[in-house]
Amino acid sequence: MTLGEKYTAFKTILIKEFLRFIRIWIQTVLPPVITTALYFVIFGNLIGSQIGDMEGYRYMDYIVPGLIMMAVITNSYANVVSSFYGSKFQRHIEEMLVSPIPNHLILSGFVAGGVARGLVVGSAVTATAFFFSDMQVHNLFVSITVVVLTSILFAIAGLINGVFAKSFDDISIIPTFVLTPLTYLGGIFYTIEMLPEFWQGVSLVNPILYMINAFRYGMLGVTDINLYVSYLIITGFIVGLYWFALTLLNRGVGIRS
Amino acid sequence: MSPKAISSPCSAHNGAGKSTAIGIIASLVNKTSGSVRVFGHDLDTDIAAAKSCLGLVPQEFNFNMFEPVVEVVVNQAGYYGIPRALAFERAEQYLKELGLWDKRRVMARNLSGGMKRRLMIARALVHRPRLLILDEPTAGVDIEIRRSMWNYLRLINEQGTTIILTTHYLEEAESLCRNIAIIDDGEIIENTNMKVLLNKLHTETFVLDLREPIEAVPPVAGYRVNRVDACTLEADISRECSLNGLFTELSKYGIEVLSMRNKSNRLEQLFLDLVDENSEHRKGAAG
Repeated sequence: MTLGEKYTAFKTILIKEFLRFIRIWIQTVLPPVITTALYFVIFGNLIGSQIGDMEGYRYMDYIVPGLIMMAVITNSYANVVSSFYGSKFQRHIEEMLVSPIPNHLILSGFVAGGVARGLVVGSAVTATAFFFSDMQVHNLFVSITVVVLTSILFAIAGLINGVFAKSFDDISIIPTFVLTPLTYLGGIFYTIEMLPEFWQGVSLVNPILYMINAFRYGMLGVTDINLYVSYLIITGFIVGLYWFALTLLNRGVGIRS
Repeated sequence: MSPKAISSPCSAHNGAGKSTAIGIIASLVNKTSGSVRVFGHDLDTDIAAAKSCLGLVPQEFNFNMFEPVVEVVVNQAGYYGIPRALAFERAEQYLKELGLWDKRRVMARNLSGGMKRRLMIARALVHRPRLLILDEPTAGVDIEIRRSMWNYLRLINEQGTTIILTTHYLEEAESLCRNIAIIDDGEIIENTNMKVLLNKLHTETFVLDLREPIEAVPPVAGYRVNRVDACTLEADISRECSLNGLFTELSKYGIEVLSMRNKSNRLEQLFLDLVDENSEHRKGAAG
């Protein structure tokens, strides 16, 4: 394939993925907006007013970056895992496998679709946040790069889950039992400085902590973690997971008999 | 595989190896040994070129049921690097040729079985492959649609596309194909030109419908003729004899033949003979 043909193939997967989640926006875009709005109302307005300020910000303003990141993480992951497993289940992954698209483009196309959903939902949640908090952006570059990189990371992770999944149960186990706890314990609602020293150390093992804090720095200018360490960890995970996912596709794991 | 031919691998049993062979050629199944070359392009060393030559219509529906018909075809074109505008033009062409243009905005899951099969043919053709492989394309399709699919396959073959189709319907193979391979237990036991294969048939049985009823079969020299009922005869014709000779003999007794047909498909008989022969051979080798 020429470079132009490869670009067309990549664009085709991206458009297909984009249309897939937009076509069912009531299931994909609307629920995270409603859920996040409820978080704003309950944790931000009702409980937050009892908590007071955190690191110099109103509690409502403090949790906004974490809630945006939570929506981005879960939706990037969910989009790819459900789409990839769905394409295996219905066997239309074969449309790509019989074509000359290289595996790295199949991987990139699915990941781009996941990033697209992560960003669309993230934008919708951000727009919702305007109604509840005095939004500000401390550093636009950091905010955007952290969101995009995190979205890429979890989209790749979703694809790996999709590769190994053999049933619909398998695509909900990781989000339910791994992703959600790690996200909630990743400092969305609190600063780890509030935790006892032991639990601060445990929290540092959670990669999501680095992403949420980096994004919080981009939005508010406060973070528990060094920004460069956060970038290093995020890019390190991306490279490692991308290599692993590509190896799986090259070997045909879960997609070729 | 000579270009522009229609070939058919047939097999005795489900699971004989047709779909696996197709899966390997189409890169859907990892082969354990051997090599595959499509128009000279090796699947191991020149995979993109090999895949570009190939269009596949699998046995089971494998498109996204939740996509509109036109998108199924346009996306497939995109995977081959065909720009979207051109992909829409080609989708229109093939969907019109296959009678699906009116359904282009319908979700694929809402198509009938025959329409879904035609959609898979349109999808397989959209990148204009040199080789089209169809895995039992007419299974479960009504007679009218089957005939129209046959006509369409003949048309695209005449336009230069080589076609391989697998089928259990030997009438289909005999009607469409110039070359035939017979697979039994993963092994090709015959691979030849259709006429050459049919010439191996030593005896054919014909059913003759008579104008007037007869009480008994007259002695017909050189032919084995049985009476089925008063107006029907069955005659075994060996390659050494001719039908003309039989008619001449019958007319001597005032018997007039109104119409005639093969008792069973010729290829079917040959096919069963070959598979039985192979089975005996395997038993002999094992014993």
